[in-house]
Amino acid sequence: MTEKREYVLIEHEKPWTYEEDGLKVARGSAWTGPGCHIGCGVLLYTDENGRLVKVEGDPENPFNEGRLCIRCLALPEVTHSTKRLTYPMKRDKALRGKNQFERISWDEALDTIEAKLKEIAEQYGPESVLFMQGTGRDIAAWISRLAWSYGSPNYGFPLSGLACYLPRVSGMYSTTGSFWVCDCSQQFPDRYDNPEYQDPEVMILWGNNPLISNSDGFFGHWVVDLMRRGMKTIVCDPRMTWLGARAEIVLPVRPGTDAALALGMLNVIIGEDLYDHEFVELWCYGFDELAERAKEYPVDKVAEICWVDADRIRTAARLFANAERACVQWGVAVDMTREALPAGQAISALTQITGNIDRPGGMIIPPELIFYGGGFGADLLTPEQTNKRLGMNQYPLLKFGFATFQPDVALRAMETGDPYEIRGLWLQTTNTIACMGADPKRWLAAAKKADFIVCTDLFMTPTIMALADYVLPAATYPERDGLRIGDGPQRGETINKVVQVGECKSDMEINLELGRRLNPEAWPWQDVKEMFTSMIAETGYDFDGLRAVAPAYPRYIYRKHEKGLLRRDGSPGFNTATGRIELWATVYANAGLDPLPYFEEPEPGPGSTPELLDEYPLVLTTGARNWGMFHSEHRNIPRLRSLRPDPLIEVHPDAAEKFGLKDGDWVWVENQLDRAKRRVKLWPALLDARFCSTDHAWWFPEADPEKLYEVFDLNINNNVTWTPGKSGFGSNYKCMLVKLSKVEEGETHD
Amino acid sequence: MAEYGILVDYEWCSGCHSCEVACQMEHGFEPDHFGIKIAELGPWQIAGKKWQHANIPLFSEQCDLCAARTTQGKLPTCVHHCQAACLSYGTLDALAAQLKEKPQQALVALR
Amino acid sequence: MTDTYGILIDYHWCTGCHSCEIACQMEFGFAIGQGGIKVFEIGPWQIEGDTWQFDFAPVLTDQCDGCANRALAGKQPTCVHHCQARCMTYGPLSELAIALADHRKQQLYSL
Repeated sequence: MTEKREYVLIEHEKPWTYEEDGLKVARGSAWTGPGCHIGCGVLLYTDENGRLVKVEGDPENPFNEGRLCIRCLALPEVTHSTKRLTYPMKRDKALRGKNQFERISWDEALDTIEAKLKEIAEQYGPESVLFMQGTGRDIAAWISRLAWSYGSPNYGFPLSGLACYLPRVSGMYSTTGSFWVCDCSQQFPDRYDNPEYQDPEVMILWGNNPLISNSDGFFGHWVVDLMRRGMKTIVCDPRMTWLGARAEIVLPVRPGTDAALALGMLNVIIGEDLYDHEFVELWCYGFDELAERAKEYPVDKVAEICWVDADRIRTAARLFANAERACVQWGVAVDMTREALPAGQAISALTQITGNIDRPGGMIIPPELIFYGGGFGADLLTPEQTNKRLGMNQYPLLKFGFATFQPDVALRAMETGDPYEIRGLWLQTTNTIACMGADPKRWLAAAKKADFIVCTDLFMTPTIMALADYVLPAATYPERDGLRIGDGPQRGETINKVVQVGECKSDMEINLELGRRLNPEAWPWQDVKEMFTSMIAETGYDFDGLRAVAPAYPRYIYRKHEKGLLRRDGSPGFNTATGRIELWATVYANAGLDPLPYFEEPEPGPGSTPELLDEYPLVLTTGARNWGMFHSEHRNIPRLRSLRPDPLIEVHPDAAEKFGLKDGDWVWVENQLDRAKRRVKLWPALLDARFCSTDHAWWFPEADPEKLYEVFDLNINNNVTWTPGKSGFGSNYKCMLVKLSKVEEGETHD
Repeated sequence: MAEYGILVDYEWCSGCHSCEVACQMEHGFEPDHFGIKIAELGPWQIAGKKWQHANIPLFSEQCDLCAARTTQGKLPTCVHHCQAACLSYGTLDALAAQLKEKPQQALVALR
Repeated sequence: MTDTYGILIDYHWCTGCHSCEIACQMEFGFAIGQGGIKVFEIGPWQIEGDTWQFDFAPVLTDQCDGCANRALAGKQPTCVHHCQARCMTYGPLSELAIALADHRKQQLYSL
């Protein structure tokens, strides 16, 4: 009998499911699909026909307190969309790209996939199958277990430089032994009222508009809650946003220069002696070396690099350092620059040398029920197979923490067969050629070389149309049971099945069923509920028990480093080689990398290739989210699409005048690599007329399937190369030089 | 604290833009700056012959409720020039009483 | 006589997230683009220096019935319930009128 961990529970007025006005209501978590990074508490309303008719925010759930974004509010129209994939399909390999799928049974699909995967393993070794996922869906644990139990070490994301959160998370683990998020009281069920909690006085919003992106377990509107309670903000963004308009100070940083900005702020904080001496003395390693490095970044030089006024940088640094409690809420812009690791390191150092570490209103270590980042079942791989993971030799940092392949190395293996041929692709919830893949035509050509490709998703996508030999229909969250584990503070929460659509199965059900066929010992469970129960064994709850009481909050303790709660040996300090927060990183030094943060100009860029500025005068940032869409999803949901019918590029009126463009014009956004179509939105809120900004992951579900839904006309990643940073982390997705020209009538990409 | 505001009876706002231009002229705003801005509420067909087709003025950060005019005993210029006479200026207390009297009104606290 | 109810919107804090609009559309099955509440953008424009006009303001339309059925069940109107910035309050007009007087850039609607 496992001892029950100590949980703090909330009181529920009603059981987890009940009747209301002839409808059945079920309480639960909203964690995916469709994609989402958070997982709010929801009430799902179903009618007598078993249809989901309404989703409401659960006022009892402390995470969102009844609030909800429009993607969950409109969920019934996603779950019951007539466009859903609702049964398995196959297509002859020779017909890839043709809209000629044939309906098959689950038995036929799983029988064939099992046989084919076993055949590949036998003939070429299981490492020749790559298992890939997209972002934001509850999938990492299950797909990684599927890969590893099959014998392939190659599980990962088809994203150059793993440039989404992993650089920051790996960086934090490497230098502190933990990972860190802003303290918005999200770890407490009584939230802002918790007696131990104090609001941050200052929050930096760095490369992140959390209100829309809701990234990494962070409910964006907590920022608004805190601002209304008096918190001040510093916003680092090349655009004036709604948050910027309410900020104490805005730093309109040139995309890709975030590391320089952070080093400039460190220079001020150290130079003006604004850092926390006691914390640095007791808990940090390598401060003098960091101080030396920061001296290389005087504010005037940084101002020139970042295109930000020097006094603005000084003011921001002082405001942050002088705050009693301060934190940094950051976003993917930090990762989507080639030297992402040192950028994250420099930004983290701001919170570290000011002592805003594991204390109220600072940066906290989110409680974890299950170590989600590490995958599920790495012990299933033999050391021999583990050593075949693509990229591990080139990038030693990959040996620590995240057990994914390095995607740029994986792409080269797909193309060249070096170090071995790639025979099979398992693509589960990744629309690679519309979304995270850089240079998508290159990736597609490489993927086509595989003999066998299986795709699993909610809807038909350009990637499935281009590649799939077998298609498996996945479930939205009201169609499945699950555990809400993932980014940010984990709570004991369940996702609860209330409807069935067609023959769809949940991602984890698919993985369990296939896993049991490939390696029964690794998947000893009869069904997913049994699997979940075994995963949460140490909580003392089974799945049904947790569902009844959820959300269950692990008891939170501040200042764990002082109490010996972070290290395996129980001594005070942090879980690093030196027991301290490493401003000078031992792990980086051992991997042959610079142990201190630094800045490198993005290339191409105004600083590295000024000769290109005549032809490509604008600095483009990409990936700004909009309210109704999650990455490449929701383009086929009319209610949400109506809020953003077309892909837009925000252009400053002065730049538009120079290029002879007006609002609503279709333009080619072109760089030295390729081009993509966008519609001009004149936007005075770009803080430099040389900046422009566009959203990403566009395709037109209404367009011709055999033209791949015009994805190559629309994908802004046409303009991005597969070129990772020195550590294997980071890639320039969000900083490029471009020009704009009108699209001629009827003109397409090719 | 706020003491004064404007009661908008948007059942009658015709969208004539007099309030916008009066405000710009009063304050010397550029053409793209507004203390008051008309939003179009519709048009869309609700059911049968009934349409949602209204206009409503919204107030920006730049609205100071015509402090200079009101100290001289004048009305805010938007209220003064509203062709449909659908704007009322007064204390929030007095306007709150009027708000109850009919639907399609919004009371905005502005000073 | 029972007090009239209303909705108070502190539009300085409206982030423009559209949750009120979509919640309303889903509650009543309204067509895309229609609904009892509509969010408008006021800005962005640069007033001067670091000061920008950048607000959103939700406005109630003829299709709003104040979520009468929800009120009977003791629930908040769905727009208020789902407002992510929590800038909307539902209650008796007399109470909301007091809150309205707290600061500017608030709109009070009678239901």
